[in-house]
Amino acid sequence: MKLKEKVIKYGDNINTDVIIPARYLNTISENELASHCFEDMDSGFKEKVKERKIIVAGSNFGCGSSREHAPLSIKASGVKAVIAESFARIFFRNAINIGLPVIVSDRASSLIDDGDELEIDLNSGEIKDVTKNKVFEVKPLPDFIQGIIKSGGYINFTRENIKK
Amino acid sequence: MNSKNKSQTIAQKILAYHCSRDYVSEGEIINANVDIVLGNDITLPLAIGEFDKIGTGEVFDREKVVIVPDHFAPNKDIKSAWQCKFIREFAREQNIKNYFEVGKMGIEHALLPELGLVLPGNLVAGADSHTCTYGALNAASTGVGSTDVAVAMATGKLWFMVPRTIKFVYSGDLKQWITGKDLILYTIGLIGVDGALYKSMEFSGPAVSKLSMDSRFTISNMAIEAGGKFGIFEFDDKTEEFLKSRSDDNYKIFTSDPDAEYEKKYNINCSDIELQVAVPHLPSNARNARDLADIRIDQVVIGSCTNGRIEDLRIAAEILKNRKVNDNLRTIVIPATQNIYLEALKKGYIEIFINSGCAVSTPTCGPCLGGHMGVLAEGERAVSTTNRNFVGRMGHSKSEVYLSGPAVAAASAIAGRVATPEEVI
Repeated sequence: MKLKEKVIKYGDNINTDVIIPARYLNTISENELASHCFEDMDSGFKEKVKERKIIVAGSNFGCGSSREHAPLSIKASGVKAVIAESFARIFFRNAINIGLPVIVSDRASSLIDDGDELEIDLNSGEIKDVTKNKVFEVKPLPDFIQGIIKSGGYINFTRENIKK
Repeated sequence: MNSKNKSQTIAQKILAYHCSRDYVSEGEIINANVDIVLGNDITLPLAIGEFDKIGTGEVFDREKVVIVPDHFAPNKDIKSAWQCKFIREFAREQNIKNYFEVGKMGIEHALLPELGLVLPGNLVAGADSHTCTYGALNAASTGVGSTDVAVAMATGKLWFMVPRTIKFVYSGDLKQWITGKDLILYTIGLIGVDGALYKSMEFSGPAVSKLSMDSRFTISNMAIEAGGKFGIFEFDDKTEEFLKSRSDDNYKIFTSDPDAEYEKKYNINCSDIELQVAVPHLPSNARNARDLADIRIDQVVIGSCTNGRIEDLRIAAEILKNRKVNDNLRTIVIPATQNIYLEALKKGYIEIFINSGCAVSTPTCGPCLGGHMGVLAEGERAVSTTNRNFVGRMGHSKSEVYLSGPAVAAASAIAGRVATPEEVI
């Protein structure tokens, strides 16, 4: 699967409280969660995400609570992938489990700028910054995790394995 | 990595045991059997929807799924009431043995150990990031998401990547008033909020062997604030004593091999550690409390899964006894479980809190995550014994949280600013 989208760039330690504040955790409606995504940190996110659908961030993206509402609200906002120097482990699991593509790359994260246009090959993991004409190779995820992604998330993966 | 050497850390051994193997290597992905699966009123509603899609119909073991409505309970609004109702109905349908209703419940990470539901050597997955708390009991315990909990409830299994371990060796004598909170804030300050990302933190050394179980729970609880997967203590006579009155079940103790490989080792001399405060907006912003005397505050919170245990209430009561909460702020004390509340009542702490002008609440996570029972307005500032001080954590995005242990929180409640006990006693 290939993506061609523009970038919203954020910094280090983007935590789940700013991705989706806890005061909205009284709902499991994806659309409602999406309507509050990043509202305490970037009030312009809702407008930006109409045109730009890849988030590029620094280290420890998604740190803090285990709330799956965080990757859900990002995904339901229309974001197609998140690239970061590193991810907090629970966020990383949650994103894979719900089928939000997450890519670890310290070079991409430091060299890509806000507004750049990217082409991402989700199978090979290759990221091309079209604006800067630069290519970043990314270490592929372990086979087991790729299996979850190929199944379309951990629930489908589990159903398939129960049937076997 | 260990190719010839088959020595293992506690984390490796517990994970190996739960997939019926003698050895697992670091970085390997395994499918392991879990002993306890935990969910609350915020994370379980999402998990139930995913659980239904899997199609097993029933949970894998009705005694191993634990459900606690604690975050927005007692119900803070109509939407939260629906979420609590939804998980209550699920618990009834599934005949869940360990569902704890308001009136019997406590904050999950204080409640499960108190009831002897987590034992040494257990592998625990909870849809709450502070599930790492049970590492204090020599368990491998970690926070996961709602989908993970759905799969674990259906199958009793979950995938884990075997983590590398960072060892922390604490030595020296603790200064007066210093508790587990000061040690862990100091440690996170040292290594950063991603200093233990994907890693197991192993806490050891002569200074922690002297620490109470309550202080150990506080330390394990905040492993996640350094990015840690587990925060594990070695088993000792204090662990044994804690468990004696709580469980008759057999358990298996795991120790790291003497020649186990660690990614890193930190030697920390506790005799140098002063009372700590983490200033906004990261738990790693640890400072000495005495350097923050000009920080005026509007609220103090003493409670949470981090510091709502009896040791915390005893220290706060000792400082607040025969003293008054400053007129310029409000102080909210939240015993973490009903048993802790009752013990605090019998020991006279609750009377001290009320006489000094504190509000005392039934157990709830409430203010820690800006839910209810003490949400901050724009421009307000709190000293809190909770675990996170991110932007907007306790309320408005322009409010601030200063994290501390119970001694600084109680002293600050009297002084109306960040203070140490010496300044108010």
